[in-house]
Amino acid sequence: MITYLEAIREAQARALADDQRVFIYGQDIGNFGGAFKATKNLAREFPGRVIDCPISEDAMLGMAVGAALNGMRPIIEVQFADFSTAGFNQIVNQAATMFWRTQIPCPIVVRLPGGGTSGGGPFHSQSMEGLYAHYPGLIVMTPATVEDAYAMLLEAVALDDPVIFCEHKYLYYHLKAEKLPAESHKPARARIARAGRDMTIVAYSAMVHEALAVADELAAEGTEIEVVDLRYVKPLDTDTIVASVARTGRLLAVGESFPWGGVTAEVLARVATEGFALLDAPPQRLNAKDTPVPYHPNLWAAHRPTARSIASAARNLLRL
Amino acid sequence: MIRAYRIMLLARLLDEKLASLYRMGKIHGGVFLGKGQEALSVATGMALRPGDVFAPLIRDGAGRLAFGEPLLDAVRTYLGSPLGPMRGRDGNVHRGRPKQGLLPMISHLGAMISVVNGALMAHRFRNIAGTVGVASIGDGATSTGSFHEALNQAAVEKLPLILIVANNRYAYSTPNERQFACKSLLDKAAGYGAQASSINGADLWDCMAKIKTAVESARVSPQPHLLVADLLRLCGHGEHDDASYVLQELKSSALGRDCLELAARKLTSLGLASEKDLQSWKAEASSEIEKGVAQVQQEPIPDPYKEDWCAIATREMREGRDAHQDPDTRAATE
Repeated sequence: MITYLEAIREAQARALADDQRVFIYGQDIGNFGGAFKATKNLAREFPGRVIDCPISEDAMLGMAVGAALNGMRPIIEVQFADFSTAGFNQIVNQAATMFWRTQIPCPIVVRLPGGGTSGGGPFHSQSMEGLYAHYPGLIVMTPATVEDAYAMLLEAVALDDPVIFCEHKYLYYHLKAEKLPAESHKPARARIARAGRDMTIVAYSAMVHEALAVADELAAEGTEIEVVDLRYVKPLDTDTIVASVARTGRLLAVGESFPWGGVTAEVLARVATEGFALLDAPPQRLNAKDTPVPYHPNLWAAHRPTARSIASAARNLLRL
Repeated sequence: MIRAYRIMLLARLLDEKLASLYRMGKIHGGVFLGKGQEALSVATGMALRPGDVFAPLIRDGAGRLAFGEPLLDAVRTYLGSPLGPMRGRDGNVHRGRPKQGLLPMISHLGAMISVVNGALMAHRFRNIAGTVGVASIGDGATSTGSFHEALNQAAVEKLPLILIVANNRYAYSTPNERQFACKSLLDKAAGYGAQASSINGADLWDCMAKIKTAVESARVSPQPHLLVADLLRLCGHGEHDDASYVLQELKSSALGRDCLELAARKLTSLGLASEKDLQSWKAEASSEIEKGVAQVQQEPIPDPYKEDWCAIATREMREGRDAHQDPDTRAATE
């Protein structure tokens, strides 16, 4: 069995082995192997190519841009997604604008371990995908499965654009698969994680698994829920979402990030503008609460959507 | 030295032409001049060679020309010509040619330093030895976190980074005493384990010697070097700014001397140039500028219907149908 975290480590090992242009730069990633051990043993296996960085997110990401412009393919491990705000400028103003301004590609991968685990608190739990998806020039990936974590990370390294790779910390150890995929999926498409005819739940990252649990639960009550796993929040696969809503007539979008704007709002906006006539009920969304992410497990579990709150939102939507 | 002087002169005259186009309303946005900083800038560009990396700042017209940026790049970027390197997508001083080692600055000060570091790291990975990188900043950028992080990073990685600070006494309108409290900006280097040297920014000869020494030393023994030039900006922050905040006593001090005039005087006193030479160089530079501006003014202007509105290199991964964009200009892309 291989975990989501091991898949990320394996993808990096393969990228380093296959492509001399790849190197990894981040805090504590060298001999220590990373705060989560996503680079375990890589510094030893690939000497000089897995490099410890000072606690300097701005310089870390600026350095990646300069290296990418000069023929390298840096992977940057930001220790926690939350800390990427300290390097935000280099990501959204430097990396994201480079190709548009100069027509020179800027191939960097920014790995963001994000999302909540209980006890993380306000500064080790955030989901940043909506923030980065807002900016032109970035691709934002949110893999929900072990297979996708592996294949999409390899795809991210191969792409000529800056990629924000949102890994979910809760999935690191909880999610396991039999083996890693040999080939990657068709890129930039969402996936029907479970087919159904009564309602569409659009989710991504860890929320896919909460949605699947709800689909199981409601199936026992005779409701067939279709779960769409976005996989990429940018580009957003509007076609797959609208096609699903065409089958079900009902939409609930679920995300773990803060409620103002963001991915779920974008999903609803697109369905409302492109598929209004397909809807049998007002489209709904469920996000975390509009407060910083709380520390204590009791508060944390109530802050983010869970199978319980998603099931409740789903039942409400069925009554509309 | 004659080449250096002639590039300074070309940069000064180009600045004056751009300022006049600005006053005629021919330039969108701001115009930022390098008046008073040409000696430092040209010395920077001339110390570099192909394969090096240069992240110029807003007053580096002379350094850009010396590093090999075509004069037309400046004119085209200011006038927004689609034939320029930025093709109307970015303007004025925000131009560059990354493939030639010339990095296009973003407006966030200090942010280019770590990008230069990254280019130097790439050279190291690719076994390209003997190259250096220069980042130009002003006194204001030394207050940024980016400056701190990048200089520290360069020292930790032992990168051949030459960090040149043009201390022109004002960051926009903010004087040195509201910017930092150390005695000299040179003092900052010790905290990072970097070398430091000071430069008389009004003296072309001093600029050339000090920068060349630092660059050549970094080529053989890579480590960061902070160079701080004392000078005065002899113009506003941009052409919209009358610089009324610059103290008269500074303007009339040694700091306020014009590096271009000083260089001309020294060239003639050393017998390296005659008054006639100076006049004919000036005429040649003016004519090159007039020719360039006339050419660019004949060029097409950016057409939003021909613009492809795609910000990523992987075209098949762009946001395709987006109901929220202006359908008029969207049509051109599909």
